[in-house]
Amino acid sequence: MKNESKEWDVVIVGGGNAALCAAITAREAGASVLMLEHAPRAMRGGNSRHTRNLRAMHAAPTSVLTESYLEDEYWDDLRRVTEGNTDEYLARMTIRGSADALLFMARCGVRFQPSLAGTLNLSRTNAFFLGGGKALVNAYYAHAERLGIEVLYDTEVREIVLEGGRACSLSVTSRGFPLDVAPKVVVASSGGFQANIEWLKQSWGEAADNFLIRGTPYAKGVVLRSLLAQGVASVGDPTQCHAVAIDARSPKFDGGIVTRLDCVPYSIVVNRRAERFYDEGQDVWPKRYAIWGRLVAQQPGQIAYSIIDSRSERLFMPSVFPAIKAGSIGELALKLDLEPAALEATVRNFNAACQPGKFDNSRLDGCHTEALEPPKTNWARAIERPPFIGYPLRPGITFTYLGVRVDEKARVIMQDGKPAANLFACGEIMAGSILGRGYLAGFGMTIGTVFGRIAGREAAGHVGN
Amino acid sequence: MSVIETIRAASADLPEGRPAETAALKEARRLMEVCNACRYCEGFCAVFPAMELRREFSAGDLSYLANLCHSCHGCYYACQYAPPHEFGVNVPRTLAKVRDEGYAQYAWPAPLARLYRRNGRVMASAMALGVAGVLLLAMLLQDHTVLFAVHPLTPGASFYRVIPYNVMVWTAMVTFCFSLLALGMGFANFWRDTGGRAEELAQVRPLWQALRDAATLRYLSGGGHGCNDTDESFSSHRRWLHHIMAYGFLLCFASTSVATFYHHVLGWQAPYPVFSLPVLLGLLGGVGLVVGCSGLFWLKLAGDPMPREPRLLGAESALLLLLLMVGITGLGLLAVRTTGAMGVALAVHLGFVLALFVTLPYSKFVHGVYRTGALIRHAIERGAAAGQHKLL
Repeated sequence: MKNESKEWDVVIVGGGNAALCAAITAREAGASVLMLEHAPRAMRGGNSRHTRNLRAMHAAPTSVLTESYLEDEYWDDLRRVTEGNTDEYLARMTIRGSADALLFMARCGVRFQPSLAGTLNLSRTNAFFLGGGKALVNAYYAHAERLGIEVLYDTEVREIVLEGGRACSLSVTSRGFPLDVAPKVVVASSGGFQANIEWLKQSWGEAADNFLIRGTPYAKGVVLRSLLAQGVASVGDPTQCHAVAIDARSPKFDGGIVTRLDCVPYSIVVNRRAERFYDEGQDVWPKRYAIWGRLVAQQPGQIAYSIIDSRSERLFMPSVFPAIKAGSIGELALKLDLEPAALEATVRNFNAACQPGKFDNSRLDGCHTEALEPPKTNWARAIERPPFIGYPLRPGITFTYLGVRVDEKARVIMQDGKPAANLFACGEIMAGSILGRGYLAGFGMTIGTVFGRIAGREAAGHVGN
Repeated sequence: MSVIETIRAASADLPEGRPAETAALKEARRLMEVCNACRYCEGFCAVFPAMELRREFSAGDLSYLANLCHSCHGCYYACQYAPPHEFGVNVPRTLAKVRDEGYAQYAWPAPLARLYRRNGRVMASAMALGVAGVLLLAMLLQDHTVLFAVHPLTPGASFYRVIPYNVMVWTAMVTFCFSLLALGMGFANFWRDTGGRAEELAQVRPLWQALRDAATLRYLSGGGHGCNDTDESFSSHRRWLHHIMAYGFLLCFASTSVATFYHHVLGWQAPYPVFSLPVLLGLLGGVGLVVGCSGLFWLKLAGDPMPREPRLLGAESALLLLLLMVGITGLGLLAVRTTGAMGVALAVHLGFVLALFVTLPYSKFVHGVYRTGALIRHAIERGAAAGQHKLL
């Protein structure tokens, strides 16, 4: 193979947004760059292929963003969702770095959609990629090829071998064959470990077998584990992951956006015993969907069922899987493999507890239950008008929080607090430094883009020295 | 049950608009249900915003969406669910199949729908028959000394010595009027099938909007950034080549119309001098046809086959080839009109023109009619949606 004999200045481990930003920035700074992407070409791009937008700070309206979104408001939003599980210095740096990210992206050929009129209401804070994340990834790869960056697909990095805080070699399998790569500088941008069910089991036990992974099956955390085992400092809670409730019929991996179900607030959600277990109407869905993954994961068999009647059928975005419909609650129970009498009792009790009120799905309407445990505090409306509709739910894992610690130059920090000599990290593998809990729409792409560019610049600078 | 089977089973439950739904329609419905839950592609073209106005998709809805699709391929390359993903989403290819089935379904008179079955062969035969027929006719009607003679460029003497004016005009009038009627009936079938009413076509604003969108190929601009003409990269080549070809065609048509006006109203008979309106329009139009058709043909051959339906390559290429031949033989006729080759060149040119007009309602040419219909429907829907929005 032509790469074996060639010396590369910078080797990028990974092939998603952060990896691409790092590769392009390093190449534009004059370094020779090799990218090692585990996925085949058709499935390249990691979780970035499932994304849709990037949250960007801006002082004035742009062609794709309305009004303004300044550092302090951005920081407030981040602090709120992470409940303080963030690093203010790195976070503010990321936020400021997002201000010129869109220009960089446009220069690389990424196209944006004019601000959306749709339901998402993010047109002030988030720039939407025309065609979504895969189109973005395609644009970056095309730009990378134009710049002469070498990309190897089907190429898995099994280990970054560290000696005395230096990345001295990579253990690589390329299209089934071992490949020797001796880099001057390494950028680790190979994502988290959410697709590694065995690893998830360490925190979740056998329940993890029933988790669905919303994104790429290639994020197995092999490089992350190898680095942590060699004395790299970790960051983020190793037991936590971003988990949402998605349709239980989704594929095990890569189901992406279409598997989401937005019906929970207008429904009752029962477990396998046909019992309710949490207040479905606590808040609007965008503020609650991320807790429902965990809630379902805690139920027997890690499955739950969201049940509505025909009046609520059109209150939410259509999901990709068909509604399961029946003329009576008992019949629906049979279709969902629940005990009919138990489900009938649960619905009857719920209906009896619903208080009169004016149902309004556009706001917290205060329609609630009385003397019901757990209560439903909004959108509580009797489930009584057939056909009755059910959707099965399972936990869908978006990403994990555990990562490697980095400094403001994207240098990987060792357990002794010193930065590794020639090892940088960007993207999900280090995002836990900034996003230690919760999620802010489009912020993963912001971290990836900002730290990808920093890592690329610093890596190229390191080669220059 | 696999994911795909689950979705397919559900699609099969829906009430069916026609007695038996084709595999292409079922597949289109499955895809629209995936796309409607995703919506990442809504910035590319009109298909996805139109899809978002619906939750269920009747056969007519799918035909409407299929004809709204300009095959820019943007959504294929952007799709996270494109093959090899298990959802196997390939919207441009599937909608191309639905469109093609619609051409047969809407064809008038109905028995001629079978001409779409092997359209490439039908078109090739029409070309051969057209050229051979006109040549034979010229040879039968005229003495061969006339056919091969050098004719002076005196008005009324040259072309009409080879093919008498009345034969030419009546053949053209009959075929053209029949084609117009057949295209009109096809449009009516399309309009009815996609849920339209006749009175809707009297709304001026959507009509104007749709004609503008069609004339500018607005949705071949990929949301303003160009289309995936051959692969993942973006260009505007296809849009411009289509413009060159389509406006070339219209210039040729204008040339003929001006000539007819000259002949009947002003009493000026062909052939016309080089610096006359009919010749200049025809020259420009002919060059447009040759450049546009060659370029589009090249894009077709060089492009990634994945987002295209391979079965339709024959029909698509045949129309391009026919238009190309009309252009080439027209320019050739101009080049040799003062030589002894004029007679044969004229017969060959008119043979291709005849083939074009006879097959007009039974070739891929109809895409323009149905696409314009779909654009009108879209403009009406958008107007209605905007009106509702205001009320809210």
